[in-house]
Amino acid sequence: MTGSLLPLGEPMPGASFTELIRSLDLAPEWTLGTDAVPPSFHPPDATTVLALRYDGGVVMVGDRQATAGYDIAHRYIQKVFAADSYSAVAISGTAGLGVELIRLFQTELEHYEKLEGVRLSLDGKATYLARMVRSQLPMALQGFVVVPLFCGIEPENGTGHVFTFDAVGGRYEERDFGAAGSGSREARAYLRTVYSPEFDRTAAIDHSVAALVAAAGQDLATGGPDLRRGIYPNVVTVTTEGLQEVDHASVVAAAERALEVVR
Amino acid sequence: MTLPFYVAPEQLVKDRAEYARKGIARGRSIAALEVREGVLLLAENPSRTLTKTSEIYDRIAFAGVGKYNEFESLRVAGIRYADVKGYQYGRRDVTAKSLASAFSQTLGNIFVQGPKPFEVEVLVAEVGRTVAEDRLFKVTYDGTLYDKRGYTAIGGQADELSDRLGEDYEGTPGLAEALALTANAFREVEGRAIHGWEGALLAREGPPRRFRRLTKEELGEIATS
Repeated sequence: MTGSLLPLGEPMPGASFTELIRSLDLAPEWTLGTDAVPPSFHPPDATTVLALRYDGGVVMVGDRQATAGYDIAHRYIQKVFAADSYSAVAISGTAGLGVELIRLFQTELEHYEKLEGVRLSLDGKATYLARMVRSQLPMALQGFVVVPLFCGIEPENGTGHVFTFDAVGGRYEERDFGAAGSGSREARAYLRTVYSPEFDRTAAIDHSVAALVAAAGQDLATGGPDLRRGIYPNVVTVTTEGLQEVDHASVVAAAERALEVVR
Repeated sequence: MTLPFYVAPEQLVKDRAEYARKGIARGRSIAALEVREGVLLLAENPSRTLTKTSEIYDRIAFAGVGKYNEFESLRVAGIRYADVKGYQYGRRDVTAKSLASAFSQTLGNIFVQGPKPFEVEVLVAEVGRTVAEDRLFKVTYDGTLYDKRGYTAIGGQADELSDRLGEDYEGTPGLAEALALTANAFREVEGRAIHGWEGALLAREGPPRRFRRLTKEELGEIATS
């Protein structure tokens, strides 16, 4: 943007914020040479996140730990974010890239909503996110993979949807639940045995926190609830009321129950 | 070789200003008021889809009168400016003052250098934590920037409407009271019934994005009275 003038005469890239910052040369870029990444270089990885549908909405949960190799890089990282008022997004994989991807995704949704006067449809948001992941493919081939997880509701009918992705930008809608990250296998295995679409909000929160505990029990990189340090997962729900962060007391209670149930 | 026809700068500015003013005079007016609940924007607008007020950023709103395509392109440019700034720095770094100044620079440039001036007036409002921190900026077709306190108006009857608002605006009114007194001022200044209201509020409290449109119910009382 040139000085204090508005971008009136600049190329008009429709309602896309990413195209706008690209036209202004402000888009985030990580370019790597053709040489392989030095083996000693481990940017922090964000691990397990999961989302599941229940009667009335969706719940999304993420642990708080980021690892770099065998090292714990961060204990209190946030991986679950509000994408807008009716959808949530979480990241797994290279944390630094993921956090920036989410910031761009949030701005993109808000930008579209303000310019067009209406929100993107849930399907439209998921498709856009898939495109953002696809644009990261060169980085993924260098070992810096970002795989998000997306969920939300269509406010008109109140049904929840969960979308999973892969590193090449594949977008898959899940019928019951989805998970991403190093502990996702364990989390899915747990949910497969207990899941019911008739879960109410409390049951959905309890079982998703328990799935995270199950993942932490097997996967070194996933950080379960840490009662001594007071570290608890991020838990959000999306219903027709909008996106809500589950209050701390309920998360603590769910974590304590989960630690007793899961061995 | 033919010499370009000489036009004195005074004459050029006068002609352009007259042209722009004529365009704006046809436009219906918009009022903005600082109220206890936030900042109120109220416009006469028969259309329910083509709006004159818009969200720009967390605490900042936009209103424009005049030629639709011109104020719409300014609105879009304003949102782009704000979103890019917020993305590059932080959400708190987007302020109404810098945005209003960008509108002023842009309109000023177009007035002097463009093929024709924009036939628009725009308003940039920002809600603060307290009424003292509210901001109301008005930018006219030639880029003149006004910093207003309490209440202001743009559009064909801006001056009359603003004067009329001043008679009733005392202290900081509540939302309902402000709606009633503004609707009253509109009717008196226009001297006729008003066809459709468009109302928006920048709320003083609440989630980060404070802009919301007033519902039919909230506007209901002034619509019927």
